[in-house]
Amino acid sequence: MMHGGGYTVDARIRWPEWLPWIAALAGFFLLPEYLSLGARILIYILFALSLDLILGYAGIITLGHSAFFGLGAYVAGIVSAKLGITDAFVQMAAAAAAAGLLGALTGAVILRTRALTLLMLTLAITSIILEIANKATWLTGGADGLSGVVVAPILGAFRFDLFGRTAFLYCLAVLFLGWLLARRLIYSPFGAMLTGIRENTQRMHAIGAPVYWRLVGVYTLSAVMAGVAGALLTQTNQFVGLNVLGFEPSGELLVMLILGGVGRLYGAFIGPVAYLIAQDLLAKQFPEYWYLGIGLLLVAVVLFARGGILGLIDKWMPFSKPAASAKASAR
Amino acid sequence: MRLLKTVVFAAFALAASGAFAQTIKIGFITSYSGLNGNLGPYMERAVRLYIKQHEKELPPGVKIELLTRDDTGPNPDKARQLAQELVVRDKVDLLAGVIFTPNAMAIAPIATEAKVPFVIMNAGTAVITTRSPYIARTSFTLWQSSYPLGQWASRKYKTAYTLVSDFGPGHDSEDAFTKAFGEGGGRILGSVRVPLQNPDWAAYMQRVKDARPDCLMVFIPAGKTATAVMKNFGDLGLDKAGIKLIGPGDITTDEELPNMGDIALGVTTMFHYSAAAERPANRAFVAAWKKEYGTNETPNFLSAGSWDGTAMIFEAIKAQKGKLDPEKTMEIFKRYKNADSPRGPISIDPETRDIVQNEYLREVRKVGGQLANVELETFPSVKDPWKELQKKK
Repeated sequence: MMHGGGYTVDARIRWPEWLPWIAALAGFFLLPEYLSLGARILIYILFALSLDLILGYAGIITLGHSAFFGLGAYVAGIVSAKLGITDAFVQMAAAAAAAGLLGALTGAVILRTRALTLLMLTLAITSIILEIANKATWLTGGADGLSGVVVAPILGAFRFDLFGRTAFLYCLAVLFLGWLLARRLIYSPFGAMLTGIRENTQRMHAIGAPVYWRLVGVYTLSAVMAGVAGALLTQTNQFVGLNVLGFEPSGELLVMLILGGVGRLYGAFIGPVAYLIAQDLLAKQFPEYWYLGIGLLLVAVVLFARGGILGLIDKWMPFSKPAASAKASAR
Repeated sequence: MRLLKTVVFAAFALAASGAFAQTIKIGFITSYSGLNGNLGPYMERAVRLYIKQHEKELPPGVKIELLTRDDTGPNPDKARQLAQELVVRDKVDLLAGVIFTPNAMAIAPIATEAKVPFVIMNAGTAVITTRSPYIARTSFTLWQSSYPLGQWASRKYKTAYTLVSDFGPGHDSEDAFTKAFGEGGGRILGSVRVPLQNPDWAAYMQRVKDARPDCLMVFIPAGKTATAVMKNFGDLGLDKAGIKLIGPGDITTDEELPNMGDIALGVTTMFHYSAAAERPANRAFVAAWKKEYGTNETPNFLSAGSWDGTAMIFEAIKAQKGKLDPEKTMEIFKRYKNADSPRGPISIDPETRDIVQNEYLREVRKVGGQLANVELETFPSVKDPWKELQKKK
């Protein structure tokens, strides 16, 4: 089974691709009490999308993607709480720049390695960032977390309210831009090259593709996206804690993506929705044992739905498979 | 048709009962998983036990619904999200619980914005109550125990070393002890802050041993960590080197003592609650606990804080006849007094909304073959010393 994506002549947006956005807008009007959960889901979708770019398309296996998410979250928070800049877009730009810089610098070093070595290095980087955030109490608040984050009303008019209305629409708008970018990217020759690298690195070298630079490029771009997702989390929560860094959020994100389906673009949409809603329901029913439910869900996915939820849908509805042309070129 | 009838009937029955019954919703956030996940149930059980015993005292028709949520340990982001959902989605009248300071700090802005009274039943950093006018605390502050501990220690020892967890309560404990110990003429040989989660204790203990202080003051969040500290203290022979282990009561909490073994004997702590206390109110509390949850179960300080917090909530519900107004509730909290709590007389300081209570100097001894925190000396009605110092500034 091949994954979707890759270069195709027909990169127009097909009608089913509008469904998630219609669903999100419908959710905004129909479920006003669930908007804070909704905003959280949107943030994780953006974060998962950034991971899908490098894991699903370029085949870079990482356990340290939270480094960029966490850095973005902290930079946005520090810019607001310590420097007093309350403009949401400035905070986000700072977070994106910092995460991108870290992505380019670390990517340039670690992408020379592969497989297990790469996995350990990504884990090491997020652990180092976590330890810095833990120790630099004067800057990050350490284990107490960074409070006092202020975000001015978006465009001077929309205040972040308790019900999460502004947060939801704001996250939705940012995710939409992220999605357009990611989609454009994977349907471009650049995206095709990434798929090629994932499938057969030697061959890509042989045809003269600049494999290393392509990987560093997509890694940096993915870091920027993760950093933006982190900034969104800070802005909607007005608080940053150490739990945005380290192995746990990286692992959780990986689980969400696998649950949805790796290398499918929309797997990054379905995974976080399924995971976070399941978590929300289970944690409400069984505050003491909800981890068990999540565990069972994962076991079920691994046993019966190897391609994630999207893989299952493929099995039942063959016509939902990604465009044939995309598959052909990826091959 | 029959189905329709049933539905209509049920709807009427619901509407009718709704007209009389008044449900007070309490959003209860604590830790059931992660670091100290074993401690959450100590709080929830206390709340449920109090509700069970005192439900009939509520005004007629008033019911209490407890919505419990797991904040997964020191996880402020999660705690904030849960509080927000409890307020927006479940429309709770009160927020309560919370073991960890970072979580309480993250919830504070929600309490302020939504005007929901928030009863803190554990988290003990002094500054928390200043973060929202809707916070009242029925647990303790670290200054409350560590400051008198420092005063007492300075009369007994010349030199000390401090070892605390690197987060809010740890910093408070270190500051309070250092200040009091210094004022009493003692000398601090060294201070070390260790990460909150999963540190390796041996290296730190060795450092303390090499410094040869008269006593070692330790604060770590109560729970399994305390047992690890105690074991390392014994394994590296600090007791044989003549170093006395002291601290706020978190290092010898009642539920962990049986796991610690005889190395805990003679450890001196300053704290507001011991399950071994002889007060009649405490005996009754412990007996009710054992009757409800089994003879091998013992309540601890988190249970005491939650028990008194629930008692305070009950007082507010009774005084307002089941119709809670946030401002009035806070006024009632500020005047709350109980001369006969399991931990002795307690009251809320109207100025700071923080608890005023006795601190007890305790030593771990064997009582009937089991380790227990035996209260030796009482420091009556201690107000949070940190807030008193802030006033003088």
